[in-house]
Parts: sequence; C-alpha cells; structure tokens
Amino acid sequence: MTAAPRMPAAARAVRAGDRRALARLISQVENRDRSAEPTLRALYPFAGHATIVGLTGPLGVGKSSLVNALLRHLRAQDHTVGVIGVDPSSPFSGGSVLGDRIRIDRDPADSGIFFRSMASRGHAGGLAASTREVTRLLDAFGMDVVLVETAGSGQVDVEVGRVASTNVVVLVPHLGDEVQSLKAGLFEIADIFCVNKADLPGADGAARYLSELAGLTPRSDAWRPKVVQASAVNGTGIEALWSAVEAHESYLKTSGQDRALLRERIRDEVLDLYRDRLLTEATDRLERSPELDALVTAVEERSLDPRSAAERLYRGRSAGRGG
Amino acid sequence: MARESRTSPIRVLIAKPGLDGHDRGAKVVARALRDAGMEVIYAGLRQTPEDIVESALEEDVDLIGLSILSGAHMVLFPRVLALLKKRKAGRVPVFAGGIIPDEDARRLRRLGVKAIFGPGATLEEIVRTARSIARPRP
Repeated sequence: MTAAPRMPAAARAVRAGDRRALARLISQVENRDRSAEPTLRALYPFAGHATIVGLTGPLGVGKSSLVNALLRHLRAQDHTVGVIGVDPSSPFSGGSVLGDRIRIDRDPADSGIFFRSMASRGHAGGLAASTREVTRLLDAFGMDVVLVETAGSGQVDVEVGRVASTNVVVLVPHLGDEVQSLKAGLFEIADIFCVNKADLPGADGAARYLSELAGLTPRSDAWRPKVVQASAVNGTGIEALWSAVEAHESYLKTSGQDRALLRERIRDEVLDLYRDRLLTEATDRLERSPELDALVTAVEERSLDPRSAAERLYRGRSAGRGG
Repeated sequence: MARESRTSPIRVLIAKPGLDGHDRGAKVVARALRDAGMEVIYAGLRQTPEDIVESALEEDVDLIGLSILSGAHMVLFPRVLALLKKRKAGRVPVFAGGIIPDEDARRLRRLGVKAIFGPGATLEEIVRTARSIARPRP
C-alpha cells in the first residue's frame, strides 16, 4: 500500500521521526480525541513490522527491571525499542502514579528508545483501553520491538495476550501455591515463562514446576512454552530470554500462526470498535430519553422488574430504528 | 469528588534532579497529585536535566515538578529550562519544591520557574497551584 497523497502533517512528522509529534499523538489516542483519526488512518499502513512482546505477571516480580535489562540487550544489538509501561488508575480519584520509568537506566539522547507510561484509566485487564493503538503507533514510528509491560496482574489480567505476538509471564521463586492458583488465567497466555530473581533460592524448583505445567496447559497451537531463568539485577538470563522470544517469533512465522493470529486479532478489533460505537450511541440516546426515567420509576415502585424494563427499552430501540 | 473542567487528566512529571537522595517530599507530593486525579509520572532520583526533559517530552506532560534539597538548584533548574526551550517545549510549566533561599527563588522565578514551595507549604496549596499552572489541552 502506498501513502495517501495528502498525509496529515502529524502523520508525516511521526514517520519522519519527530518524537514530540509521536508523544502528542499518543496523548490524543489516550484522550480519545477524534480529531486524531485521520492521522491514525494514515499511519496504519506503516505498522505491522514490529515484534510486540508482552511482559506480565504479579505485582513486584520485577517486570520493570526486566524491561530495563531487555532494553540494554536490544540496544546493544541495534534494535530500536518502544516501551509501554501500564500502571493502574485509582478507581476513586482517577489519578495514578506511573512508576515504570524509575527502573529504566538509559541514555536520554538515545533516539532508538521511546518510553511511554500509560494509566489504565478504568480499563480492566492489565492494559489501558488505548494500549493496542499506542503499540501500533510505536510500530509505525519505526520501532523494531515494542515491549508492553502490564500493570501488576492478577489471574484474569490477560488482555496483553490479545495485543502482543509473544507473551512473557514473569514470576519469581516461591510463589508456591499462588502459582497453582494462577493456572487458569495468566498461564494460558504464556509463550514464555520467565522466573525472575533467579539469584534467589528456589528458582530451579520454580522453573521445573513451570516446565511441567507448560506441557500440560492446553493450547490452540503446537508451541510448548519455554521456561527461562533470569536475574534482571545481575543481568543474567536476559540473552536466553530474548532467544526464547525469537524462537517463538520464528515458530509463529514458519507455522503460519502469525497470519492466523493477525486475522483473528483484526477481527476482534473491528468487532470491539463496532461494539464500542453501538454502545456509546445507544446509551447516549437512552440517557436523554424520558422513557428511561419512567421505567426507572416503575422499577422503583416494584411494578416492573429490571430485566423487563431493559427488555422494553431494547424493543423500543429496535422499533424506533430507521424512524 | 472534585471535577475538573478538562476531560483528560493532567499529566505531571515528578523528578529529583542531581545527586540528592531525599525523595520523601517528592513522593508525598506525587501522591497528593494522584489523589487530586492527576497522572503522575514518577521518574525518581538522580535525574540529569537531559533525563528530565526527555521524559517530559516522551510522556507529553502538562507540568513538571522538580524536588531538590542538595543546593544545586541554581545550576540544575536553569539547565532544565534552557533544554526545554531548546527542544521547543518552553511552554511546559515547571514548579519546584525544596530548600531554596528567597534570593535564589526570586532569580528562578525570573528565569521562568512558575512556583516554588519551601518547607511548610501545604499539599492543598501545591495541588491548587499545580492545577492552575498546568498547560491546558486543546
């Protein structure tokens, strides 16, 4: 595909390597600023080249330190790297403290790195609603690798599994029975298990346990998750971790899984966007309608139950469509 | 809950420039700004002016808060302001906290530091000021 003859200035700037233009565009995406849509459209054809790696795992396992170690490793190999660090927003104030930069030790003049912190802004699943889009922007900006570090995850925070092509689940020794309990959620998205803080006793045992588990977890493909031990602070195991990522990426290519995965994700995304649109439109309309008030009153007086009220609203909507 | 007129949260970078290990104040301020609904990018200790400016640009912040207790403010702050100008980001407001003598504070204000908080400043005061000086979003 060729670039449209009249690309928006912001898109041209991003393609030309303008870091501020990229930073501003990311903010617009985060703020759901619709005026950025032509720019996003223009940049879409330029994405699709980066290796997107997800790093997820419970709070405090050393994801940020691992990102820092990977950054060094990748820059030494001359790969350019975008990083997205997600941290939670407070459900009370809406504010957040984004602390993933603290662990990053880098040359600020190195234009081969672009690091962006994102607050989850009420989105569940370990990412922000716009993380996928921001990943794509870093890709279109020309980064070879994009590392997506999720918020400290619980069992069901697996959304990164739908964004990254290789997912690393980071754990530490002695999670013990907690590890068991993670089985159902997190474990299913792991292409690689990384036992971080492997300088601590118990790392071998944890790795052995995970290897067994890796063979047991059902998958839709033939990949058997690799288990790597690393110590982000000592810098050991980082090479092995990256080799495992590369092995998975080449498995995706040779098996054709990459195409299948891409298709599935595009389908998901289109449907998601469609759903979003429908939902916003429908609720916007409803919230202004006097009918809702009347129904709420009826439910309040117990002359109607909530399900029937919703059913009436729904039928009213279908009937009113096109009118 | 306080509602802001803007739809997007204020993004603010909090950092400690130079060689100074006392980050308690910075953390307390970061927390207060968070509780006021802002997104606080906490860059932590031992940041060079170059680190600070690069972080501010990548994170597209509306405000920069620098905490300093080492006495090197007359070297580090002008450098941050100059770098921001050089990167065409001179409009990102900078505020400061720490031990800064009045005479220096006056000079820093003339150089463009928007607000300076010494010991005894209340969190309410800091939050209110941060809100009023933050760069507005279009």
